[in-house]
Amino acid sequence: MSGTADPKSAREHARAQGNIRVETMPIIPPVADDLPEGVAPDDLVWEETVAPGGYTSRRIARGTRLRLIDKGGDACASLNIFNAEMPTERLNVADTVKVQWNAYLGAGKLLLSDMGRVLMAILEDGAETHDTFCGVSNAATNTRKYREGRNSGAYPNGRDRLILGAAKHGLTRRDVHPCVNLFKGTRIEADGSITPVIGPFAPGRTVLLRAEMEVIVVIANCPHVLDPRPEYASTPLRITAWRGPVTPDDDSVRNATPEGQRAYLNTEDNYRR
Amino acid sequence: MTSDPALSGLTGSIIHDTIVPARAPWLHHVAKGEVLRIVDLEGNQAVDFLIYSAADDAERYSAQDTVAAQGNLFLRTGSVLLSNEGNALMTIVDSAVEYHDTIGGACSCESNTLRYGHHTRYQHACVDNFLEANLTEGRGKRDIVSNINFFMNVPVEEDGTLGIVDGISAPGLTVDLRAEMDVIVVVSNCPQINNPCNGFNPTPVRMIVAAG
Repeated sequence: MSGTADPKSAREHARAQGNIRVETMPIIPPVADDLPEGVAPDDLVWEETVAPGGYTSRRIARGTRLRLIDKGGDACASLNIFNAEMPTERLNVADTVKVQWNAYLGAGKLLLSDMGRVLMAILEDGAETHDTFCGVSNAATNTRKYREGRNSGAYPNGRDRLILGAAKHGLTRRDVHPCVNLFKGTRIEADGSITPVIGPFAPGRTVLLRAEMEVIVVIANCPHVLDPRPEYASTPLRITAWRGPVTPDDDSVRNATPEGQRAYLNTEDNYRR
Repeated sequence: MTSDPALSGLTGSIIHDTIVPARAPWLHHVAKGEVLRIVDLEGNQAVDFLIYSAADDAERYSAQDTVAAQGNLFLRTGSVLLSNEGNALMTIVDSAVEYHDTIGGACSCESNTLRYGHHTRYQHACVDNFLEANLTEGRGKRDIVSNINFFMNVPVEEDGTLGIVDGISAPGLTVDLRAEMDVIVVVSNCPQINNPCNGFNPTPVRMIVAAG
């Protein structure tokens, strides 16, 4: 007789899975044995390892530190960010590069909203290969490269992953906007041509961000759209987040440029209530 | 017979021909196969440009898909303007200007406060034009994405430094776009006066739609 022929045995069968631990899963409550010095374990709010081809989304509070680790050298964190209190305000990649007069993300760079505010800041960057230009794969590009690209198949595409992540917060296809890619990069040549910087890289590269507003982050972990390899090369992406103080007036990232200072002034004004 | 040089080379009958005043928005439905010609009447006038699929306006222009597919940041003759789902919306079939921008985005009242200071808060801005035009058809702020800037010049240097610099267009130069599906075109004739995208002097542009 099957072990799931009646409700009670089906319940036993389901419950027997409850203690399985795998590499790619959320850890609830969060536990991490490698928090930076000075971070109290009680301040840990999020510990999760996103599967290759997977996605996640979560609301995090102003001041939260968000650490991303490319565990296997082939993670690509495609990131959409929304103001959690008013999700029509979201990451604006064009403003991010234009206002900062630079296209390359790295330590000290800001991720700006379409309302002239700072959604997140990059505090530390152990990767230095990021991309503001190319966005994510979609069903058409993945079908061309991997023969299929559906959410329900083996080679899900970045756009459909971001749509699902956004949908978990009540958002729709209309809300998935241009993204930034962390860990997989591009360089721009003098004639405007785009050189992908795809790796694979050494495992363990880390990026640390700080939420400057109450935000929803949506992260897809799919191969970069310009990854030249024929195989679907994707490795786990670890996410750890902990509570931290709101950025003080004398913060060096806050004060690095006059444009950035005004973005922080606008952000602080938004929370003057 | 016509002697209007702005119509030169357009083979189909002219079905729409209008002047968009300086600083104004413009919205027009362009059917598959029709050709939209933009005339930079006085030279170096940035034309901020969004495209939506008329059948499903959640499908819209994607700067990122477009540059990734062509492997180059600049839009030139032959560039296929792709949607967020990878479909061709329009193709640049001819351009008298060597290249156009699609990374610089649109000016907004809010980003102006960052770039130039809070004293610019009440100046005209492209996002207001995009909103005004889109709101007439039920689209709103979340429908505004990274756009094209025809006749605008945004070079990227080796260290990633980029900026809106002096333009490479001139009076009377044109760009022709063929619709590859039924599309809605939304334009802001850029009102910016704090950078060289309009030569510090916003001017009118002409929009001509010819049958395919």
